[in-house]
Amino acid sequence: MDINLLTIFILAIFVGNEVISKVPPTLHTPLMSGSNAISGIAVVGAMLAIEMGGTLGTYLGLAALIFATINVVGGFLVTDRMLKMFKKK
Amino acid sequence: MNLFYLIAATCFIIGLKRLSHPKTARSGNIIAAVGMLIAIVATLVSSDILDLRLIAIGLIIGSTIGALVAARVQMTQMPQMVAIFNGFGGGASALVASSEFFTTTNSPFLIVCISVLIGTLTFSGSFIAFGKLQGFISGKPIVFKGQQFFNALAFGGIIILLSINNLGTLDSQSIFYAVLALSFLLGMGLVIPIGGADMPVVISLLNAYSGIAAAATGFLIGNNGLIISGSLVGASGLILTNIMCKGMNRSLANVIFGAVGLEVISDGSQKEMNIKSYSTTEAAMILDSAEKIIIVPGYGLAVARAQYAAREVADALEAKGKKVLYGIHPVAGRMPGHMNVLLAEANVSYDLLKSLDEINPEFEDCDVALVLGANDVVNPAARHDQSSPIYGMPILDVDKSRTVIINKRTMNPGFAGIQNELFGYDNSIMVFGDAKDMLKDLLKEIKEL
Repeated sequence: MDINLLTIFILAIFVGNEVISKVPPTLHTPLMSGSNAISGIAVVGAMLAIEMGGTLGTYLGLAALIFATINVVGGFLVTDRMLKMFKKK
Repeated sequence: MNLFYLIAATCFIIGLKRLSHPKTARSGNIIAAVGMLIAIVATLVSSDILDLRLIAIGLIIGSTIGALVAARVQMTQMPQMVAIFNGFGGGASALVASSEFFTTTNSPFLIVCISVLIGTLTFSGSFIAFGKLQGFISGKPIVFKGQQFFNALAFGGIIILLSINNLGTLDSQSIFYAVLALSFLLGMGLVIPIGGADMPVVISLLNAYSGIAAAATGFLIGNNGLIISGSLVGASGLILTNIMCKGMNRSLANVIFGAVGLEVISDGSQKEMNIKSYSTTEAAMILDSAEKIIIVPGYGLAVARAQYAAREVADALEAKGKKVLYGIHPVAGRMPGHMNVLLAEANVSYDLLKSLDEINPEFEDCDVALVLGANDVVNPAARHDQSSPIYGMPILDVDKSRTVIINKRTMNPGFAGIQNELFGYDNSIMVFGDAKDMLKDLLKEIKEL
């Protein structure tokens, strides 16, 4: 396994832990839907799998792309819809 | 190329950082979305062997479905929506790994299998969770004989298959399909015995899995963007899982293997309770003479869609110069922070929404705690009764208020199946009836006083 990738992985977990433990309980639902959208980053992997030629790999990639795009678009939009409601009077 | 993924990842981190306050949260979400856009555009222009027509089709179908779901989903349905999105995320990662397996001859097979394993079990588990939350499948724990054995067998099977591969006795395609099938069954087997009340833990955990699946796929295709984002989501899901477990005073293992909610606890030795049933008129008079009021909403309130009525009552009380706060238990809704969203939807100012740690000291000088549809999370037995199944669970100390007004439909016990001794306390009074009707009556009475 590539040690560089592993380094990034470990460091990212620490960053994630630091950043997310500061999110207040009030915003935990938007945090979930927002991080859900971020996990849709698989969209990148999906696009890279859709090579010209139409092999099995391409169609698996297309299915992945649809799933991940639902995640990304739906996730960010619904998070925005929720955060819009949090107002201070 | 990796520079753009780095920019995208930085946007995600800044976006999550801005979620630390409701004021900055919305812009944070937009920054994260911009990061995603950068990653997508950079990927599109990075290679000229990609089939752009097919990609466009995928993006259009996915965006349309995503946008429709996001616009139409109701706030009470947020747990199901997050559950199904977790499933899509896991599914996407598993599909990318599968695609890699079929197209690249020398892809590291162990990582392929790990990606497929986590992604697929997230996918099937999330769909079961969705079915339970949406009511397609019974929300009660579904247990059958030998369930643990079945899960252990599926998991053991996967491990054995992976080690067989190392010995090289089976061809990799058969192993791939077997791992796929077993992971699918394992995901279902892990979620199906878990009851509705434990769903906050399950959704958080599946959220973490969907992130870990993305990270695993990142390792497979050597993509930093996937690894960083996946780790962030994985960390987020695990933190929330931990908070939810603490909120119920249960270990993760206990939630996954315990199937609580199935056994009905009735030891017959329950003490006689002196229940005082009051009318809304009397309740209104008590509230009228109070100065500080804390509203404790439970999921029942949201089910009855009575959070609007509750806010109107709070407004009327505030108009009379009273201080009104909301005390929200970590597991008040069906997912982390769910109740806060439901109250924000009803236009409750976010600075009035207090977490367990913030609100508990406030009960000491509180005149009235108004408990709406909450039960187990305000049961003082959790503090002192070692024989209680909820002993040790952190609760909202409503009993420390001068008066506790509890609205319930009937005397039926809560999720944990136990009677709440709070109802018999000297400073407790009950107002029976549907939450919405009761609050509307209460509003009228308060305004008339």
